[in-house]
Amino acid sequence: MKIFNILLSAFRALQRNKMRSFLTMLGIIIGVGAVIAMLAIGQGAEYSVKEQIAALGTNVLMVFPGAQQQAGVRTAAGSATTLTEDDALAIARECPAVQYISPGAFAGGQVIAGNLNWSTAIQGVGSDYLEIRQWPIEYGDFFTDQDVKAAAKVCILGKTVADNLFPESSPVEQTIRIRNVPFKVVGVLTRKGQNAMGQDQDDIIIAPYTTVIRRLSHWPNLRFVLISATSLRDMPVAQKQITDLLRMRHKIQAFDADDFTIRNQTDLAATATATTDILTILLASIASVSLLVGGIGIMNIMLVSVTERTREIGIRMSIGARSRDILTQFLIEALVLSLLGGIVGIILGIAGSSIISSIAKWPTIVTAFSIILSFGFSIAIGIFFGFYPARKAAMLNPIDALRYE
Amino acid sequence: MIAEHQSEPAGDGGSLIQIEHLVKTYQLGEFEVHALRGVSVRVSKGEFVAIMGASGSGKSTFMNILGCLDKPTKGSYVLEGIDVGKLSRDELAAIRNKKIGFVFQGFNLLSRTTAFENVELPLFYGPASNKERKAKAIEAIERVGLGERIHHYPNQLSGGQQQRVAIARALVNDPSIILADEPTGNLDSRTSVEVMGIFQELNNNGITVILVTHEPDIADFAKRHIVFRDGKIRTDRTNTSPKVASEAIKEMPLIGADEEEAA
Ligand SMILES: Nc1ncnc2c1ncn2[C@@H]1O[C@H](COP(=O)(O)OP(=O)(O)OP(=O)(O)O)[C@@H](O)[C@H]1O
Ligand SMILES: [Mg+2]
Repeated sequence: MKIFNILLSAFRALQRNKMRSFLTMLGIIIGVGAVIAMLAIGQGAEYSVKEQIAALGTNVLMVFPGAQQQAGVRTAAGSATTLTEDDALAIARECPAVQYISPGAFAGGQVIAGNLNWSTAIQGVGSDYLEIRQWPIEYGDFFTDQDVKAAAKVCILGKTVADNLFPESSPVEQTIRIRNVPFKVVGVLTRKGQNAMGQDQDDIIIAPYTTVIRRLSHWPNLRFVLISATSLRDMPVAQKQITDLLRMRHKIQAFDADDFTIRNQTDLAATATATTDILTILLASIASVSLLVGGIGIMNIMLVSVTERTREIGIRMSIGARSRDILTQFLIEALVLSLLGGIVGIILGIAGSSIISSIAKWPTIVTAFSIILSFGFSIAIGIFFGFYPARKAAMLNPIDALRYE
Repeated sequence: MIAEHQSEPAGDGGSLIQIEHLVKTYQLGEFEVHALRGVSVRVSKGEFVAIMGASGSGKSTFMNILGCLDKPTKGSYVLEGIDVGKLSRDELAAIRNKKIGFVFQGFNLLSRTTAFENVELPLFYGPASNKERKAKAIEAIERVGLGERIHHYPNQLSGGQQQRVAIARALVNDPSIILADEPTGNLDSRTSVEVMGIFQELNNNGITVILVTHEPDIADFAKRHIVFRDGKIRTDRTNTSPKVASEAIKEMPLIGADEEEAA
């Protein structure tokens, strides 16, 4: 039998049984599409968490008040009152491996500029904050050490806040009121975009921590201290120096636990990775279930059609088809279905991923691995269950195939 | 009118089919079913044979072996000088494709496949080119008088029309023999005679026809009668004056054919 004839027979058979062909393809489409979308979400989460950690800046250490918990999760910020401004200043003074340091405070509230208002978070930091975070100013200036010491009522705006409060004009030199306290805007930050959790990092106002503590939060201690080490290599040294210094200052006995927590990027990465790992496992299980369901769908439809197809095979053999003619035809049918279904599945998976991305504001990454995995698995099932019953039938005596019920 | 059949002595080359001591035993668990218990027969080119016999006497079993759809347990089958028992599966397929046209009681057409596509099917498994295939399929369909129904599906055709499609499929590859197992079993008597007319016409053009039937009326159109009983040939006679279908049909009323004919 000529290859063209085989192809023609296969296409005719598929077209003749549109419903069966469609259902088989549907199984493959769902399997492939779901796996690609699921894995894209998982990969996206992992990627953005890493991205976010990198965005903190290099060589960054964070000191939080409160003891470290067993599972590696720190207690809620502010649950301990052990981190003071003096601690921060002492670290800056006495730890040679520390390059920059910024004490940190928080406040939230309503911000008014003219007749516009906006609700946002206010972060109180030191004058070296932007160095540590490596976050440039778009225009205007950052506040000075002088402003910090004087608890000056100055602030810089994140891009989102600036866009919302000053849609027309430049905010620099304008006055805004945060919880009724007037602040002078001195600069606007460059846009940073969303973080892994979908939060807008530009929806923020940054002011001297002294001002935030005294005017806004009325909470005397620090929520965190952001530190950068002199180099990546010096990170462990810096961490040791800070630990020793704080233990001494807090008069902690030799065998007692720290009453503060130091985190570096590796720790953050480990915590974040642990979270995304759970997510990935979860998504992978959902994906493998859909792959399995898709596979069972393919299997079912193929097996159900065996009776009809066995008689068809009997008829074909009775008029002169050889076993190998039958096998090639069925193989091609299965291949065509699997490939078409697989391609549609890939397209659907990629489209689905980007829809999820835009609706849930969640980054998704489609990897070659997920495509190959799902495509390969579905096609293997499609071909096996399309081909195997046909092979069995083709080995029968024609009369037995004709009589098959 | 009916005389004992003489096995043609006129040279072995004249025998199209030469069957010796054919035995077919089915194994059903503990039981053995002896469907054929030693059948020997010769059929020459151009014959028109009707095989009759009680239900279960082995007619279909015999036909399936003749058609190379099944293999005998014992015995030899020589078709046009070829010992079929020694052939591989693929060689048997080639014989079914080129030399034999099989017509079944239940038609065995591919469903959801037009008359035309059913008829061209055997040519897919041979060397015919696209053009040849189409031309031959159209010719075969016209030969059985279904030119107008060429693109109809089996479920849009009457039983008689479906059987004509099956006959067209059987003859599309110019076979030496047409084998038909109760081809009129599912048809009314008028349609049966029409179908017999087609077989007679093919036979007049040199194609050997062997058919199984339960109805003596149908067997009357054949030139030779073989009767099976218990897996053996009971009688084998020449019908010296076969009826002619084209004439018989003229005497048949058009409507309610069955009842009025019986009256
Ligand atoms: N596949 C099979 N397995 C077991 N026994 C079989 C099989 N096919 C046929 N037989 C038996 O072989 C015997 C002959 O069957 P066969 O079909 O040849 O009869 P037949 O003469 O065609 O009958 P009918 O006129 O009813 O069609 C029967 O007893 C039948 O039960
Ligand atoms: Mg029978």
